[in-house]
Amino acid sequence: MATINVARARARQTQSAAAQPRRRPPLSQRIRRNAVAYLFLAGAVICFALFSWYPIVREVVMSFQKTNFAGDTTWVGWRNFVHLRHDPEFWTAWRASIEFSLWALVFGYAVPFVVAVVLNELRHARSYFRLMVYLPVMMPPAAAAFLWKYFYDPGNGLFNTVLRGLHLPTSQWLQSTNTAIISLVLFSTWINMGTGTLIYLAALQNIPGELYEAAEIEGAGLFRRLWHVTIPQTRLILSLLLMLQIVATMQVFLEPFILSGGGPQGKTTTVVYLIYEYAFHFNNFGSGAALGLILLLVLAGFGAAYLWLSRRREEA
Amino acid sequence: MATTHSQTRTLISPAQLSRTGGKIAYWTVLAILVPLFAAIFLFPLYWMFTGGLKSAHEVIQSPPTWYPHTVRWANFVDAWHQLKLARLLLNTTVYALGALGFQLVFDVAAAYALSKLRPVLGNVILFLMLATLMIPATVLALPTFLTVFNLPVLHVNLTNSPWAIWLPSVANGFNVFLLKRFFDSIPEELLAAAAIDGAGPLRALWSIVLPMSRPILGVVSILSVTAVWKDFLWPLLVLTSPQEQTVNIGLYQLSTAAPENTFIAALFIASIPMILFFLVFQRNIMAGLTSGGLKG
Repeated sequence: MATINVARARARQTQSAAAQPRRRPPLSQRIRRNAVAYLFLAGAVICFALFSWYPIVREVVMSFQKTNFAGDTTWVGWRNFVHLRHDPEFWTAWRASIEFSLWALVFGYAVPFVVAVVLNELRHARSYFRLMVYLPVMMPPAAAAFLWKYFYDPGNGLFNTVLRGLHLPTSQWLQSTNTAIISLVLFSTWINMGTGTLIYLAALQNIPGELYEAAEIEGAGLFRRLWHVTIPQTRLILSLLLMLQIVATMQVFLEPFILSGGGPQGKTTTVVYLIYEYAFHFNNFGSGAALGLILLLVLAGFGAAYLWLSRRREEA
Repeated sequence: MATTHSQTRTLISPAQLSRTGGKIAYWTVLAILVPLFAAIFLFPLYWMFTGGLKSAHEVIQSPPTWYPHTVRWANFVDAWHQLKLARLLLNTTVYALGALGFQLVFDVAAAYALSKLRPVLGNVILFLMLATLMIPATVLALPTFLTVFNLPVLHVNLTNSPWAIWLPSVANGFNVFLLKRFFDSIPEELLAAAAIDGAGPLRALWSIVLPMSRPILGVVSILSVTAVWKDFLWPLLVLTSPQEQTVNIGLYQLSTAAPENTFIAALFIASIPMILFFLVFQRNIMAGLTSGGLKG
């Protein structure tokens, strides 16, 4: 990173030095330069406009309309939002998404960090561990989810078989309202933890060894070194991944869609799942869009708050 | 990044580790972790493979068998033919490679223009592109779907065609961010020298910028291929025809129709290409993870 900054600073220097004696190029040349630049930009700008910027606007517009596939639209004011407010599924969907996100913080967030800290101490079989932990990330998520659905089967599923073998109490997993969300989180942690673990490992390897030595000379034990050296040194990446994870888990869809089908009793119908149901089961694009808009505002607000907090912390 | 083996000091001091007690503890932990990782991450693959070999009766037997008592290779053949896996794998490959091509051409050109040619309002465009990073993609699935269903101005329906995957994949703010940041680090003098030699912007991009940008192009390529291979919600919406579906969507559609042992065999076959891709590009994938803009 440092080398890049040096190069950039040098580039800036020579740029300004070169710019001073030279006069502004003539208008025709500037027009030509701009035209060429816009030609380079055209493909990406068109794609962004059609598949990103326009849909953002359309999301807002749609949430105040009644619309269908054919494109007939009528303005309905706040009616889509009112519909949401009276739909009991709206509230259970938020509950499901938030519950999923919170459990995912307990497992999905803590586990990769702990695993990375432990792996970073090992001097053997390092590439084996990395390979293993990243393997599920590289599976098609639908294939992995179906496999876990068999694992979770209360009758002849692998998990209950192992528990029975160890004479431990078995669980209904996805089929009980008490354990369905946690079951989804366990799968989600398993399939995603490779990414976090490898990112943390890289961050841990960048901690200068002298810091640990200094802490040790001052008599800091293992846990104080962990608390006063390891965690502060990885704070930036920890907080960034925290933010990214919350935003990602609040959009959970595949796990409940494949593993539990939103059940039992609508317990795992998350917000994005409900958007999908509104649009493609009840043909109610308006309420789907309205729900999407609320989720968008919540998550964008969350992201903005994170940026603001991290900037304030950097300045302080 | 510190090289893996030359690291000197971590949380636990070398002195602690070299004591007898430290050594015993270290080897005990290692002896527990090696099989534990295999059990957690490798065993599911074993279960898929052996589940695919079992007979229809054995696969639903309770308690399950730990290895197939009757080996039926025919399940894999059935999965391949009856479930049309070749079609699904081919589709996904075509979508992934096409998305990669479009992203490399359009996003690289755009990032180059924004970084080196700096047109009027370039910063506004850059801001608008990066701002999309704040908008979660799943939330926009609905309006984007309607847009693809009936494209503005042209009024064509892109669903069930590769374009529905290829073109939206270009609208990727993270790619633009990664590429522009990398291009910014290429010294201006190099391009100025090329301009003096009479090289136009395209020539400068092709023979100076791109050869220097191999690492970041590798990162972007791997990200884009894996993204298409792993995506679920978007292909579920836009690829409804069985002829056009990706692996993920095809498996979902087949899940209720196929016998359990054939379906498990299909899951295993479907997992192979990405795992091979991972084994081949392991180094690049892991380097990309950590250099891909998350550090520094």
